[in-house]
Amino acid sequence: MNWISPWRLRRIGVLGMNRRNVAYISRYNDRSNYPLVDNKLKTKLMARKVGLRVPELLHTISTQHEIEDIAELLEHLNSFVIKPAQGSGGKGILVIRGRRPEGYVKSSGGIVDIAGIKRHLTNTISGLHSLGGRPDVAIIESLVETTDAFEAVSFEGVPDIRLIVFQGFPVMGMLRLATRESDGKANLHQGAVGVGLDIGTGQAIAAVQHNRLVRQHPDTNADLSRIQVPNWSSLLRLAASSYEATRLGYLGCDIVIDRHQGPLLLELNARPGLSIQIANNEGLLPRLRQVEALDSPFMSVQERVQEAMSWFGRSAGSGQEELWQGTEGQPATG
Amino acid sequence: MLLLFAAGVGTAGFRHQEYRIPLLPGEQQTVWQVEARIEYTALGGPTQIFLTLPPEQTGFRLLEGTGAAPGFGFDVDRNAEQRRAHWTKRHAEGQQALFYSLPVVEDPAQIVEPIPPGALIPPRWDEPYLTAARQVIDSLLPITADAHSMAVQLVNLMTSTPADQNMSLLKDRYDDPELLARLLTTAGIPARSVQVLLLEDGRRRQALMEHVQVWQGDRWRLYHPTTGPVPDSEKLLLWQTETPAVFEVIGGTSSRVTFSMISQDRSMLELAEESREPGFALSLYSLPIAEQGMFKLIMLLPVGALVVVFMRILVGVRTSGTFMPVLIALAFLQTDLLPGLASFILVVAFGLLIRSYLSSLNLLLVARIATLVILVIGIISVFSVVSYQLGLIGGLTITFFPMIILAWTIERMSIIWEEEGPKEVLLQGGGSLLVATLAFLLMDVGLVRHLAFNFPELHLAILALVMVIGRYTGYRLLELRRFASFEPR
Repeated sequence: MNWISPWRLRRIGVLGMNRRNVAYISRYNDRSNYPLVDNKLKTKLMARKVGLRVPELLHTISTQHEIEDIAELLEHLNSFVIKPAQGSGGKGILVIRGRRPEGYVKSSGGIVDIAGIKRHLTNTISGLHSLGGRPDVAIIESLVETTDAFEAVSFEGVPDIRLIVFQGFPVMGMLRLATRESDGKANLHQGAVGVGLDIGTGQAIAAVQHNRLVRQHPDTNADLSRIQVPNWSSLLRLAASSYEATRLGYLGCDIVIDRHQGPLLLELNARPGLSIQIANNEGLLPRLRQVEALDSPFMSVQERVQEAMSWFGRSAGSGQEELWQGTEGQPATG
Repeated sequence: MLLLFAAGVGTAGFRHQEYRIPLLPGEQQTVWQVEARIEYTALGGPTQIFLTLPPEQTGFRLLEGTGAAPGFGFDVDRNAEQRRAHWTKRHAEGQQALFYSLPVVEDPAQIVEPIPPGALIPPRWDEPYLTAARQVIDSLLPITADAHSMAVQLVNLMTSTPADQNMSLLKDRYDDPELLARLLTTAGIPARSVQVLLLEDGRRRQALMEHVQVWQGDRWRLYHPTTGPVPDSEKLLLWQTETPAVFEVIGGTSSRVTFSMISQDRSMLELAEESREPGFALSLYSLPIAEQGMFKLIMLLPVGALVVVFMRILVGVRTSGTFMPVLIALAFLQTDLLPGLASFILVVAFGLLIRSYLSSLNLLLVARIATLVILVIGIISVFSVVSYQLGLIGGLTITFFPMIILAWTIERMSIIWEEEGPKEVLLQGGGSLLVATLAFLLMDVGLVRHLAFNFPELHLAILALVMVIGRYTGYRLLELRRFASFEPR
């Protein structure tokens, strides 16, 4: 059993669940704005309205008779993703990579025919994949193509980047990599790998799986320390602008990078988890306090991103190498 | 919050000082408030109701009872062999309900000289019962020595399998208690069937039970018609011994009598002064007895809620459903811990199995829950029957679990199973049971029960504590483990 003393945690500035709920979520997030982020369709429409880039919305399906005509709608699409608007934890997401004469190709390589797709849509709108089983809307959107930079580290799914945006400042970031163990999902507690990212540069700082530091991707064996997120500052700008769009002060922003379109906003979260601190090996509190201490709320997105990059970026090499050193020699576990 | 805390503790202290409400349970004698409720439909003319009152007896001290009912004249008739409560009304019509409430003090020092039986009048038997009775008694006489052994052997014979031929003939004609009394009397042993009330805390709508009293030369001893001698530990209040009926209604039909009872711990001083103390007007003791029983449970809920708040916010245990553990703990209070835990796990595990099949049917939420409720009832019935057949009485306590809660638990668990895997189910299920067990252990402490019911103002202190914990923003105990991987820097 491994324990850490609360005093040391406090010195590091780790944010705990109670403080997150009381001092950040309930203080900075107005409940009336929650539906905007809990429903992916609303998020998407809102993002389009204010000019944030998102994966292209192809169709929405909300009634049974729309499903009957789905074959026509999908006819000229080669790849697409079907999602429940109110799904959670990656449930009910069907990724179609391409088509063959006999049907559609799933991300796993399996084939699904049009009847299978219809069944999936019926289940989705009847609420099978939604929180609490509420009737839902199915979203059909274009498939994001993994960018070259992540080719080596992606396994069954596009890696996404989680950024904590506090009052419009991107304060901490992490790249989430699905693994065989996490079943293609990017949830850290299911065994996905979290890679902490330097806010200043978008370079990898440290990587954890199951709360343990790792250096290699457990499935592809790629060296995680060499990861560099492309388009880093435009990605930060995208995240920072979601603050104006949602008015949520403490926000988790999930962003994917498309090979052709660059950073796209995938979804937002009003109650982002705390594991990001483990992946960064750093507490959130000092950064949050630095933003709270700031007394000029009228900064542009660009100014906020620049401030954040200079505050939270690490000067090259400082303390960073040791973390990776610490993991050397340990076999990557899968 | 400090104010709330002070107010709660202060009031409790004041009431303790002023009204001598004991702070500790067991300092006092136990007082049973027994309430008889007579219901009948009046025919529309003059009406009279007689209710036999318990005789003076060893082990219990009977205090002055009250039987006031609006519109009825009331007095206690002391002329009959046994005291009887007597209500009268010139004109009554429709449904009537009369109450007689009687405080009974449990007092081992109370000894009443038994009244010896009068001359033995052998009962009359018709043929062929006379022959059968003779044969039964003759077969037992050689193997018995006294009144006690005869009674025990008779009970054995009455319950033996395969049934004795003579006995089954007699049992067809007479019911057990009457038969036992008749046989004993015929054998020359004074015996009579009596009505007794089993004293159990918080019971409502109980009926009297028929037992047999056997004279053993110097005292009457109680026998249960199927299980034999009644141990002294069982708290049986003798209600009716002499008169032919427990109650009698003139001018009405569809009458019945039921009994509620509750035990209270109070000092004798209070008992004497109760009616004059204004402080008691605010106490829960002023409620009708059936409601008091309910409040005994309700007043424990805040204690359970405090445990949940503590475990979730300070320790960080994950439970499925916020206050589900409290409800499980309440059920444990009635089933006891181990049988409760075992049956709960069994039912939920079985439910999960069935639920995994249900999920392939793609039912909508409401229908799914409804299906589960019905299935849970089915599972519980099967378990009860099976465990009863196997002789495990503990299995019957399963019925104390609220069905809806069980169904929801199964539903939530299975969703967690599908979304997060079996590990999470074990984690959350185990967390819930851990919290429920802790809550149960705390709620089961006699002192806690006593304080919660006698000093409701202490709940203000609990409220204050909950609110203080609610503002805690430090780390949870389990977070110290979760974040243990932080490198020293």
